[in-house]
Amino acid sequence: MPETARAQLKKAWTSADPLLAAHGLKMWFPVASGVLQRTVAHVRAVDGVDIEIMKGETLGLVGESGCGKSTLGRTVMRLYDPTAGTVHFKGEDITNLRGEALRTRRREMAMIFQDPYASLDPRQTVGDIIGEPIDIHGLAKGRERQDRIYELLNVVGMNPQFADRYPHEFSGGQRQRIGIARALAVEPTFIVCDEPISALDVSIQAQIINLLEKLQSKFNLTYLFIAHDLSVVKHISNRVAVMYLGKIVEVAPGGQLYRRPRHPYTGSLLSAIPIPDPIIERGRERVILQGDVGSPVNPPSGCRFRTRCPRARPHCAEEEPPLEAFGAEHLAACFYPLD
Amino acid sequence: MGHTLLEVQDLRTVFKTKEGDVKAVDGVSFHLDAGETLGIVGESGCGKSVTAMSIMRLQRPGRIVGGKVLFNGRDLTKASESEMREIRGQDIAMIFQDPMTSLNPVFRTGWQVGEPLRLHRGVDNVKALAGAVAMLGKVGIPSPAERAHDYPHQFSGGMRQRAMIAMGLTTTPKVLIADEPTTALDVTIQAQILDLLQTVNREFGTATILITHNLGVVAGMCERVMVMYAGRVVESGPTTDVFAHPKHPYTWSLLRSIPRLDAERHEPLRPIEGLPPSLTDLPRGCAFHPRCSFKVERCSRDTPELNRVGETQLAACWVTQSGTELKGA
Repeated sequence: MPETARAQLKKAWTSADPLLAAHGLKMWFPVASGVLQRTVAHVRAVDGVDIEIMKGETLGLVGESGCGKSTLGRTVMRLYDPTAGTVHFKGEDITNLRGEALRTRRREMAMIFQDPYASLDPRQTVGDIIGEPIDIHGLAKGRERQDRIYELLNVVGMNPQFADRYPHEFSGGQRQRIGIARALAVEPTFIVCDEPISALDVSIQAQIINLLEKLQSKFNLTYLFIAHDLSVVKHISNRVAVMYLGKIVEVAPGGQLYRRPRHPYTGSLLSAIPIPDPIIERGRERVILQGDVGSPVNPPSGCRFRTRCPRARPHCAEEEPPLEAFGAEHLAACFYPLD
Repeated sequence: MGHTLLEVQDLRTVFKTKEGDVKAVDGVSFHLDAGETLGIVGESGCGKSVTAMSIMRLQRPGRIVGGKVLFNGRDLTKASESEMREIRGQDIAMIFQDPMTSLNPVFRTGWQVGEPLRLHRGVDNVKALAGAVAMLGKVGIPSPAERAHDYPHQFSGGMRQRAMIAMGLTTTPKVLIADEPTTALDVTIQAQILDLLQTVNREFGTATILITHNLGVVAGMCERVMVMYAGRVVESGPTTDVFAHPKHPYTWSLLRSIPRLDAERHEPLRPIEGLPPSLTDLPRGCAFHPRCSFKVERCSRDTPELNRVGETQLAACWVTQSGTELKGA
């Protein structure tokens, strides 16, 4: 992030220090090939990201499949060792923490996954699934542990008697509630929600969104909410970050992003999302992007979006646009932004 | 709008399971006019895909146990397998959600796209390939002559869906059934494919049945919409009317439960409580009544039929059929 932009943001948030901050964060995965499995290239899933998440806010992270949004979520939780850059949590540099020190820090973080079918062990009872993080971190034992599990089930709107049942006895929405109860078991302050509703039926999605909002105000949680559905992200988030091929291209409060996107990618993403209103839909103009997302192994030079961008000029291939401030809380990385 | 091309009357499709017969499609009736786009919306398990598969007679292991599918006056449920093979691909084409699993990985894309021409038009390999290349170009595949030699895995998801659409269109069918054609795709690619389907509808006059769970997609694409729940049609009508004044509580609640991109203020969503019912254990009466905030005593006793409510809509609801307006806080 250029110094000017960061200074402007700091001014906007003088009251709030970030709970989590990533600077220059890179997460590359090696691509091996040949008999000797030599590393021939890298998938640059996250390739230089600056992001700050304020205490108590929900930062939405949107982008298309393969843009690196899930990897970014996992890297800030230190599930991976970053290739470069730093991650600060509550002011402490956790980039190189290992072993017990990392485990202690991670007690304050939790994750909710997309697929409620794959993320719960089918051989464990619901009680044991929720109890596992309590055991790992030695938070409670015996009667106290049991009470805690009942309380967590209650909090996510499930009958405590379900503790003795197995995941297959539940629907997708109920399983997601179990996953949320497990995430809450460590009493985290920060939760990464990775596509928590995209595997659920439409009529169930709103139940889970409302539950997440209720829990946030009840337990003072900070969320990084990752999803590809911008309508959902805009609804639940205070600010929304848009990611394209390993880079954040725009960050702004949801309403502002919708009313006045500055990055052409955000603009076309917004125009591509159908609104469930036939009269509004008929009047909308779509910016239909040509082609597909580029490769994260060999991303385009300069601005990574230029290969699909309707506004691209020669300069865009030569230099990478930095994130710059467009108003108080609005950042975008584009040399020729939308008006 | 043209004449009626396809008319489905009281279609019933059943699957045998250990827990008893599942009525996946339970008395579905609708029609499709020449040149129009009809949306079928509903959640997983509501019977929207089985309805489409039954029209194509691809419902196996399910069995069609009742009703008619009239295409140009002919009942497809009575047609022989060889007659159906003529109709599939020639008169009615279908595209699926996942273009990777519906294209054969071991044949070159051009060969597959040209297959309907070889099978139904009896043209030779050279002409079939030429037809395939022309159609791949029309659906927006760049350098189609070269790409026709590629295998499906060399195509991206959006390109594969374009190839599927090209395959469906080579014989200029009258009806195209698209079953969740964009669900596996990213939004910017979804916009490309929906735009292509609209172009196809306009330029070839292909009547389209678009099956989706996405109400936004229906709003932008379809003149008429039909809403399904637990194997039955609960509401149908012109899309503008159904979205503006839904006449079934399921449609009404669903529209209010989804977050909208154009929402001005942050308001809590109003979810539909409870779960969609299991088809092996349907509630008595209206299948939606346990989740319905408008239910009356009769709803748990008798199953409502689809009847006219208001000027242009049909709804299967005792409440709205008795003249009550759906309103809420």
